[in-house]
This record gives sequence, C-alpha cells and structure tokens, in this order.
Amino acid sequence: MFRNQYDTDVTTWSPAGRLFQVEYAMEAVKQGSAAIGLRSKTHIVLGCVNKANSELSSHQKKIFKVDDHIGVAIAGLTADGRVLSRYMRNECINYSFTYESPLPVGRLVVQLADKAQVCTQRSWKRPYGVGLLVAGLDESGAHLYYNCPSGNYFEYQAFAIGSRSQAAKTYLERKFENFTDASRDDLVKDALMAIRETLQGETLKSSVCTIAVVGVGEPFHILDQGTVQQMIDAFEIVGEQEGPDAAAGQEASAEPEQGAGAGEGVAPMDI
Amino acid sequence: MNFMASKQPENSLLGPEADSQRTLYPYVTGTSVVALKYKDGILMAADMGGSYGSTLRYKNVERMKAIGKHSLLGASGEISDFQEILRYLDDLILYDNMWDDGNSLGPKEVHNYLTRVMYNRRNKFNPLWNSLVLGGIKNGQKYLGTVSMIGVNFEDDHVATGFGNHLARPILRQEWHENLSFEDGVKLLEKCMRVLLYRDRSAINKLQIAKITEEGMTISQPYSLKTYWEFSAFENPTQGAVGSW
Repeated sequence: MFRNQYDTDVTTWSPAGRLFQVEYAMEAVKQGSAAIGLRSKTHIVLGCVNKANSELSSHQKKIFKVDDHIGVAIAGLTADGRVLSRYMRNECINYSFTYESPLPVGRLVVQLADKAQVCTQRSWKRPYGVGLLVAGLDESGAHLYYNCPSGNYFEYQAFAIGSRSQAAKTYLERKFENFTDASRDDLVKDALMAIRETLQGETLKSSVCTIAVVGVGEPFHILDQGTVQQMIDAFEIVGEQEGPDAAAGQEASAEPEQGAGAGEGVAPMDI
Repeated sequence: MNFMASKQPENSLLGPEADSQRTLYPYVTGTSVVALKYKDGILMAADMGGSYGSTLRYKNVERMKAIGKHSLLGASGEISDFQEILRYLDDLILYDNMWDDGNSLGPKEVHNYLTRVMYNRRNKFNPLWNSLVLGGIKNGQKYLGTVSMIGVNFEDDHVATGFGNHLARPILRQEWHENLSFEDGVKLLEKCMRVLLYRDRSAINKLQIAKITEEGMTISQPYSLKTYWEFSAFENPTQGAVGSW
C-alpha cells in the first residue's frame, strides 16, 4: 500500500491524519497468540492460548496477577507486556500502601493509557507493542478493559485479541447477552469455548491454554491445569452432542477467516 | 589561635539556623476531641477554643471539618498545622473528584493517607503538631480512627485526643455500647465534655457536636454546657483552712 512515506517516525502525521507507527504497533498485537476476556456482574475470566516456540521450550507467560483484585492478559510483544505489568503492580502496591485500599481498576487503566499515549508523542520513543485485557473489581462491580498501544482504552463485556481472535469474537458476540448473570463456572466454560474457536480444529487441552479468574470474594488467580482439564472434559461431552451444529457453524466462520488470511499472509503460530 | 569554624551546608538540619525550618513547639493549640460510633454513623465533639499557651485566646475556632462526602476530621494541637492538613486534604479530595468515575475515597483511605503524612513528617523531625480524629461512614460501614503527631494510628469504637484519653475514654469504656441512638450518643459525649470542662484548664465552655451519616455531615451551632459550682467548699474556700506558719 502507499503508506511508506510517512511511517518512519511516530511523530509524523500522514496527509490523511494517521500515525502509521501507532497503527503498526497495533498490528503487532494482532500477531500475538490469542487472549480473551469476559465478565459477569461479579466475576471476570481471562483466557489465553499458549504457544511455545518449539516442543523443547516452555510457553510464554501471558497472564499476570497485578493485585488481588486485578489481573491482565496480554497479546503482542510479551516483553513490553511484562514491563507494563510491573508498572501496574507498582501502582497498585503504592496505592494500597498509602490508602490501605485497592486501587480502582478504572483509574489504573487510565494511568496505563496515559503512559501508552506518551510513547505516541515522543520522537525518541516507540509505542508499546502489546494489547492488554485488564480484568478487575472496583466499587461499581466487575470490569474488563482493553488497552491499546495507541493509548486508547475501552470497556467490554467480552473481548478477544491476538491472532484468530475474530473466531472467538464471533462466538462471544453470539453469547454475550447471557454473561451478566452467568455463574462463575459458566463463565469459565464460555471462556474455554471461545479459546477453542481460536484453535481452529486443534484439540483443546489444558496444556495449550491458561485460564484465570477474579471475582467478588475471589482474589485473582490462575486456575491450575488439572482443574482446567476437568472443565474441558465436562463440556467436551456436551460439545460432541452439539457436534453437527457446531461443525456447520465452524465451517461457515472458517471460510471468511481463510479469505482474510490469504490477503495478510499466514499468521505465525508463535508470538 | 583561630580555628576555622565548621560550616554546615545550607540545608542541614543541624545547628541553630535550621531550627527556623521545622516545628519545635506549638503556639496556638486546641484541646481534646472526643468521638464515638453510634447507630447511624459517627458523633464527634470538640470545643471552640484556641489557647495561646496558658491564655484562652481564641474562642471561635472550628476544630472539626467535613472531608469529601464520607469523612469528618477533628484535630487538637497546633491550629495552623490543622489548617495545613485541611489544605492537603482539599487537594486530595479534589483530585479524587476529578476522576469522576464513581469511585471515591472513604474514611479508611483518608485515615491511612493522613497516617502516611504524619509519620513521614515525624521522620523528618518536622512534625505536624496535631492529634487527629477521622470518622466517617461509607456504604454502611462505620469507621473511626485516630493519628497522632508521631504517626501512631489505630481505629476503635470510640477515640479521644489529649486529655480526652484520660478523662473521657474511661467513661466511654463503661457506657458505650453498639447502636447508640443519636440522643444517647450526644448525652454520652456531653458527659465527657463536661468532665473535660471541669478538669482541663484549656477547655472552654463553648462546644460543637458534629455528626456524620450516609446522608452527610452536620455540625451543631456552638452551645455551652450547664455546670454546677454551688459547692460549699467554693462558697467558703477558707473555712477550716489551717493558717500558714
């Protein structure tokens, strides 16, 4: 495309009013492996797909506990994600120390967004190449936010980022109206189903995904592999019964996926 | 022999010059503050006196102020330091309100913030010479705590500063109970304030009682307590006195 002239510097506008470096940073998020989040009135579940570089290596850590009431799932440059998680942990600890009270997640998200914005307006910096799904509780209930490299943030009922996230988003769009009043376990099941959508036919097992939960009366924690596998087994049986409908649905959504894929080139499997 | 006098850098805390930079003694002071939890929130009482040493100089000093929507702060000690603290809290509440996001600092948060401020000043040998009482109620949760000038802080069902600790707390320990009605709470506070009036020489007979509930803070108009002086020992002080030498 004809956008190479104005994309060298993050501080250079294109004639159409775009900052290409920021948009390229958002592309980096799309290349990372998928992360999803969904919330009810009282709980939020974060999930991510774990892809290791090779069979010999371990997978990247993509879900971080920020405080007892806040956790984050990342997609994109995990190194940038780690650094931002450290910043978030620091802010939470400092607030807790001064006020003996948890930092409201809405305020943390704004601070994070302002930090990202700075990198879009300095010639000696580059935007963070990571998208963050921030899950947290505050006085007004459970919240799920998405923080962009552009410095924007949005609140969501459910969202998915990273490669093949469109499949998960399609699933979530179908189901999201039930999420507000869903039970914690149903929410986790929906998260696993959404992750399965991004795997495009690959078997869903607890070794390829990570799930974390935070809710009222339940501090943020990552579920252990055994528990996750049990939940997968529990609904796979149900899933098989729905087999024909699910398969038909998946084929329909797979075709547009492939069409888009051919245009962009094959998305790499690892981050 | 003239030895070179050792020179301190300008900003050191040693030497006589440095003393003008930090608080050494209080000048205009307020005396006790007494507070207790009752059914709907917190009740707090303080007189309106500002003493200048042993002179009862200022008689219209409001030593209790509302902080944000949920808290009430009462202070004894140096009045100018109390005013400085009110400025800090003003900024704090302002920034909290500017977020405009449905979250707000409650009494627990304000109490802990004040503890940090007082303790940090104490560590720099430049204290804010106050004993503070912070009470409030948020989402049905009542909170009552105190911080001293050296940063000692705790919460309790009833607290007092200064002389109040010695004269009022014993009364409260005997007579306080959960879910006091407003009238009983006021009666109990007045009982404490009366004892303080009799026995604390920096107390004056002009007090206010403030209450804070979910609806907000209200502070009474200044009024005075009835006292009794008709003791025969006062009417005839020298009766039965043994003469000197």
